Amino acid sequence: MGLRRAIVLVALMEVTWSLNVTTIGPETVSTDASAHPEPAEENTEQKEAAAAEEDVMATGELNPNHYPAQRAAKLVQHYLNARYGSPYKLFGLKEVHSGNAEEVADSGRKYQLEISVHEIISNTKEKCSAEVFFPSGAKQLSPQVQVSACEEILKLDAKSEEQALYQQYKTNKTVRTEERLPDSYGHIDPEMTPFWHLSIVASSFIMLKESTENTLYNVAQVANITQLATENDQLKFDCHVLLHEMVSQEIPQWKLLFTWSPAEGVKVLHTEQLPHVHEFEKRAKPN
Amino acid sequence: FQHCVQFSALLAVEQHQVFRIVPKDDVQLALVRVLEDILDLELDFWRWVTPVDVRVPSHSLQVVKTYLENHCIKYFTMIKDLQALLDEEQRQMKSIAPAGNTDTFHYTTYHTLSEIYSFQDMLVAENPKLVSKTVIGQSYEGRPLNVLKFSTGGSNRPAIWIDTGIHAREWVTQASGIVFAKKIVTEYGTDSAVTEILNRMDVFLEMVVNPDGYHFTHTNNRMWRKNRKQNRGSTCVGVDLNRNWNAGFGGHGSSNNPCSEIYRGTRAHSEPEVKSIVNFVRSHGNIKAFISIHSYSQMLLFPYGYTRKPAKDQAELDQVAQKAITALASLYGTSYRYGSIITTIYQSSGGSIDWTYNQGIKYSYTFELRDTGHFGFILPANQIVPTANETWLALKVIMDHTFKNPY
Repeated sequence: MGLRRAIVLVALMEVTWSLNVTTIGPETVSTDASAHPEPAEENTEQKEAAAAEEDVMATGELNPNHYPAQRAAKLVQHYLNARYGSPYKLFGLKEVHSGNAEEVADSGRKYQLEISVHEIISNTKEKCSAEVFFPSGAKQLSPQVQVSACEEILKLDAKSEEQALYQQYKTNKTVRTEERLPDSYGHIDPEMTPFWHLSIVASSFIMLKESTENTLYNVAQVANITQLATENDQLKFDCHVLLHEMVSQEIPQWKLLFTWSPAEGVKVLHTEQLPHVHEFEKRAKPN
Repeated sequence: FQHCVQFSALLAVEQHQVFRIVPKDDVQLALVRVLEDILDLELDFWRWVTPVDVRVPSHSLQVVKTYLENHCIKYFTMIKDLQALLDEEQRQMKSIAPAGNTDTFHYTTYHTLSEIYSFQDMLVAENPKLVSKTVIGQSYEGRPLNVLKFSTGGSNRPAIWIDTGIHAREWVTQASGIVFAKKIVTEYGTDSAVTEILNRMDVFLEMVVNPDGYHFTHTNNRMWRKNRKQNRGSTCVGVDLNRNWNAGFGGHGSSNNPCSEIYRGTRAHSEPEVKSIVNFVRSHGNIKAFISIHSYSQMLLFPYGYTRKPAKDQAELDQVAQKAITALASLYGTSYRYGSIITTIYQSSGGSIDWTYNQGIKYSYTFELRDTGHFGFILPANQIVPTANETWLALKVIMDHTFKNPY
């Protein structure tokens, strides 16, 4: 596969500021067996406790079942989908086996992870090693992901289906749907499923770029996808997606312009975040 | 020809299609039968009673479509997938006859609020000695907040509380609540654990904690989470009912912005949907387990969400959780993570089980059901029953432990 121009992937690491990096110790859990429960109405005490509990950045050996390792591992899923995903190849995070986090002086935090990745369509699983780097600072740089020891799952062959789809839609077919993919009941027309997958792949570029240690993204729904005229032998699409961010529980909406072919994979040309829709506006009506 | 409303889905690919034709009367039916006699069309009728299913080869598609449209005969293009068909029917044919009893009820599809409320009444009517319905309050928009009580008698027996649907868009939870209700009545007398428990304890089940929100997800916005409270001084609607409880209320992990999905409300217990449960729990005084069900993420969580301080009973809660998720996985291999809320998923303040735990209800748990993000909130209907069945096994572990460890 050739290189793709994507929004995210191996960004330049710019270090143009200095941070007050506080040294953070490993996650500790006190086991004070004699602690008494908070009296029910003593909310000020509880509120102070809650206020004091800022998100402490876990460092060192991580509990693989807790959210810090899980959030970092999710980025590997987004990276694999952006880089290798197709209408017939979609990756999911299956499990985190172990993780380790460390401060990288003045530039960010790095996670080393052992995970299992799952190719959803062929239902195959493989263990991978990955490194996820979250750059710090005001500039909102994209996280970076590197994956190793994961070759088998990436070599999975969906070439014939991809070619067939590509040929079918290259010339005269038009995919145009206002339907939600999936609809409210979780249903997708089997014919539309490859385009649902493509939208997830394209969305992965956004989810990777937008992710931080304080977020966890999934695609909630594809509002619509439209096929535009084929350009330079690439199928071209315009889609509107609803993402779900787990920590804030928000549903950010994005429009994407992207191309795809079996040879080139998905390339995202343009993205635009839509403003938060309040009830009275009813602009994009997620239904 | 007449202009009439077109019902067909857009065809993306011209190959043979299966049409489901819905003639509205005998005249239309006769018109459809005419097609059978035109051999050149090579139509393959699968089903002859209304609705009529016919496989139409690609070369005949245009002719048949034009014919049906000219005569204003309603039809859908079918997908060769039976479950999809059922969902399609459910969605588009509002005139589907509602189930007359809980044995013919469709557990494998998602239901509207009124269908769920009808189910509750049917279940009570069919099992008057075991099930009763209490209205514990009214939602913001005035809908009844129904709780089913499963009891074999006694007076204020120690009880287990289960709720689903506190967040509107988490549809698999309300749907699972329906299955749990049916499970209880079916297994009382047949499953020894359930029978033992119900002989000495009561079970309370609130299937739709947030009926206004749930209704809204059907009519307006499938992704709605909060209740439908009109927030004073804001154009944004809704309070997150799982940030409104008096446990770390106002702390990190909730928002004071009414436009936020995790807006906590003006004060603890400000929302009628929350207040009614608070009042119920307080006045009952003998609840021993409190289980709140959400989706998605595949997790079983225990307090706390608002603080990193471990719950006093953390070791026991952890152990029971492990046993519960092992039971859950035994059915289909679905894997769950477990732990305290704040370490496993995120910090959240004002959550229900933190409040109930601080009230002394030791076995306070939150489930996050299927899946882990592939479908997310829009879990296909064919996963409702498998999800509910595996979750039921975990619930029974918790209920059984509660029963065998009185306090």
